[in-house]
Amino acid sequence: MIGVNHYLILSGLLFSIGFMGVLRRKNLLMLFFATEVMLNAVNIAFAAIGSYYGDLSGQMFAFFVIAVAASEVAVGLGLLILLYKKYGSLDLDVISSMKG
Amino acid sequence: MYEFIAFYIFAIATTILFVITVMSKNVLYSMTSLAAGMVLISGFFFLLGADFLGVVQLIVYVGAVMALYAFAMMFFDATKNVKEKHQNPSLVFLLGGLMALVFVIMFSAPIIGDNIQALNPVADGVGNAQAVGMVLFTKYLVPFEVAAVMLLVAMIAGIILAGKKMDYSLTKCEAVDEEMNVELEKGEE
Repeated sequence: MIGVNHYLILSGLLFSIGFMGVLRRKNLLMLFFATEVMLNAVNIAFAAIGSYYGDLSGQMFAFFVIAVAASEVAVGLGLLILLYKKYGSLDLDVISSMKG
Repeated sequence: MYEFIAFYIFAIATTILFVITVMSKNVLYSMTSLAAGMVLISGFFFLLGADFLGVVQLIVYVGAVMALYAFAMMFFDATKNVKEKHQNPSLVFLLGGLMALVFVIMFSAPIIGDNIQALNPVADGVGNAQAVGMVLFTKYLVPFEVAAVMLLVAMIAGIILAGKKMDYSLTKCEAVDEEMNVELEKGEE
């Protein structure tokens, strides 16, 4: 039997990978991929803790995280298409209009 | 024994695939490795006994979300490499590494609180899907309905945002503008 710490360390590592992607990426589509990685890492932690305590709440929250992620992708991709139509690019350096 | 082997194979493969997702310059490679990593993550859910969550992960993430990304990629240039200007990459790696360190310390420290009790204990003698259904439609009924409304709002928002001027070609925008100007002038007259 694998302890819950293994799952939590894996989840932390995956979340850090996603976080590094969010910091590093300049393309908006790639930024979306990095946020998906972070959401998946959190789901693993929820499921692992839920199974460790014999509790179903962890799985419930993972379901709601999945629902939020699905709606985020639907709205976000619509916005990305609008941005691409307007600027012809998804690069944050091209899109950014505020100088600061 | 098999659980150990499966866990470590899944863990190493998922980490490598997600690193490819984050580091790759090509959108297609990035998306493919993200989809593969999500399939492997559903493997973790099956290992943890959360069968229904694993199936939902496969259907929603690998099925729906990835299909949505694949369709959205038809609007963008997927074959071209993404050019990104990195100002100071070492700072990013430093921050990411620090965060990884903090997470590992946080999670490897004893997390076990004595006063934590299961709010919704797993029922005996029923499958995972049945237990999930019993909790979801009693204790979490209101969040479930709110999530349904949220998905409806997201669907309408997606249609409104992406569906405008869908019948015009993106590369012939000037022709579209002229056409619209002509129509506007007609309307003014």
